[in-house]
Amino acid sequence: MRITQGCFSFLPDLTDAQIGKQIQYCLDQGWAVNIEFTDDPHPRNTFWEMWGLPMFDLADSAAVMLELGQCRRTYGERYIRLSAFDSSHGWESVKISFIVNRPKQEPGFRLERQEADSRNIRYTTSAYVADRPEGERYGG
Amino acid sequence: MNKEIETVRGKDRYKAGVMQYKKMGYWEPDYTPKDTDIIALFRVTPQDGVDPIEASAAVAGESSTATWTVVWTDRLTAAEKYRAKCYRVDPVPNAPGQYFAYIAYDLDLFENGSIANLSASIIGNVFGFKPLKALRLEDMRLPVAYVKTFQGPATGIVVERERLDKFGRPLLGATVKPKLGLSGRNYGRVVYEALKGGLDFTKDDENINSQPFMHWRERYLYCMEAVNKAQAASGEVKGTYLNVTAATMEDMYERAEFAKQLGSVIVMIDLVIGYTAIQSMAKWARRNDMILHLHRAGHSTYTRQKAHGVSFRVIAKWMRLAGVDHIHAGTVVGKLEGDPLTTRGYYDICREGFNPAQLEHGVFFDQDWASLNKMMPVASGGIHAGQMHQLLDLLGDDVVLQFGGGTIGHPMGIQAGATANRVALEAMVLARNEGRDIVQEGPDILVEAAQNCTPLKAALEVWKDVSFNYESTDTPDFVATPSVSA
Repeated sequence: MRITQGCFSFLPDLTDAQIGKQIQYCLDQGWAVNIEFTDDPHPRNTFWEMWGLPMFDLADSAAVMLELGQCRRTYGERYIRLSAFDSSHGWESVKISFIVNRPKQEPGFRLERQEADSRNIRYTTSAYVADRPEGERYGG
Repeated sequence: MNKEIETVRGKDRYKAGVMQYKKMGYWEPDYTPKDTDIIALFRVTPQDGVDPIEASAAVAGESSTATWTVVWTDRLTAAEKYRAKCYRVDPVPNAPGQYFAYIAYDLDLFENGSIANLSASIIGNVFGFKPLKALRLEDMRLPVAYVKTFQGPATGIVVERERLDKFGRPLLGATVKPKLGLSGRNYGRVVYEALKGGLDFTKDDENINSQPFMHWRERYLYCMEAVNKAQAASGEVKGTYLNVTAATMEDMYERAEFAKQLGSVIVMIDLVIGYTAIQSMAKWARRNDMILHLHRAGHSTYTRQKAHGVSFRVIAKWMRLAGVDHIHAGTVVGKLEGDPLTTRGYYDICREGFNPAQLEHGVFFDQDWASLNKMMPVASGGIHAGQMHQLLDLLGDDVVLQFGGGTIGHPMGIQAGATANRVALEAMVLARNEGRDIVQEGPDILVEAAQNCTPLKAALEVWKDVSFNYESTDTPDFVATPSVSA
């Protein structure tokens, strides 16, 4: 399967040139770009690990691409996403987020159904890889 | 227009008998509205031979303290404070016989945090007043002091996005079709296919409640099976608007509680349940971490005609105060009413922290929302993937684009329909962010994206000639430089 979190997951994987243009768009809006990685793809895993701090006050996307390259060299077998923060009053949150690196194999999720009272079902979604400890999930 | 003060003051004001409204203190052309006043703008069409000033003063009177005759009991009150004051009357540009009347109301005339009270005052009696042919409430200025007494949207755009983990693009939805007749099991099938194919949301239609073909519990149970299965298949958070509209509040709470118990992230209500019920559900939604979708069922009965009724921009303002998270606000390009600039005005009311007066958008007043949460506008009705560039350009990112027929009617099936919409959307956002001119290049961008996506190719082919080009009935009346009343 292919996890479709983020803004561009239904498109073919973005090339570095395409990623660079999106970063430039974010910087031009005055947003701070952040690199995050994880090997826990659960849809409600909000807090991916941060690769350093969000990059404030940048003008050129090249610096982000450099950091992304380093992150990929270290965590190339994990999911890596870029997100951009808008500090404007009334938003003060993420403005865009998209996956820029994914594991070669994405085994997907198990859906467990616990039959409860009446016809109620309690659903639990868990990534097949999550049975293994962090860092050993995608052979990375 | 005429700025003469005709107010009778002192003892003569309270002589028993009938007196013109404009003489009773409801026409005060030298009045400057206070920052805390609520201001209403009415479009007044007086009966033939009725003085427009007198008609406008009557609107002020009948929507505040007046009755048809002088009453001495006014003298037991601070009557001058409680009188609504019409302070300006302008002829409507290009509409003979119609006048814009600006009326200011003191804050003390209203109960805190109550749309029922606000609307009972402003539109309670006066719309049936005989000396008027027609009356329309065009816009309102809600002072910060009053805005702050309302909860506002239960969730708001920012928190909704955080909860759903979806940023940087419009959300995608579809209304399940046919809207009537599917069993719960068949209905859930449509939900599953659409969500798995790439939509974020599916939606009950306004009249899907609990009918012989599908009891509400059946629908909820099968829909949540579909939501969870699609979530596991995609790794994304998914939702379906479970309509909790019912005959009584007790029934609605029961349905909402069941939706919550099943783990739904969103429930929906119809505008026809009434303002008090809407505010109750908004409070319930805030308490229960639930997104609240509002379908504006019924609004066109009073919003669409220019001369009489209530403008949708006023309804949108009331709903932002009342506390819903989603509101249908028009598509411009789809099958339902929507002049582009007027619709732009509605979207601004939903999404901005401050609305500057903009006559060409039908927005007559500066409106400060005092950090009240933002509402997500929903574009629904007759839209399809081939219009993606126009939709993104006109409506922006913070909107739910709902393709009902445009998903379910896809020749290759519902999943394919959903995928076509999602691919078209992502391709368009990508291109816009890259700096491409999507209005001009939109069709080419879609064709390029379709090279990697057969469902999009099929969608572009089947709906290529569909558009709804009719004249709008509700458009702003303004002149570039507003005429100053003489």
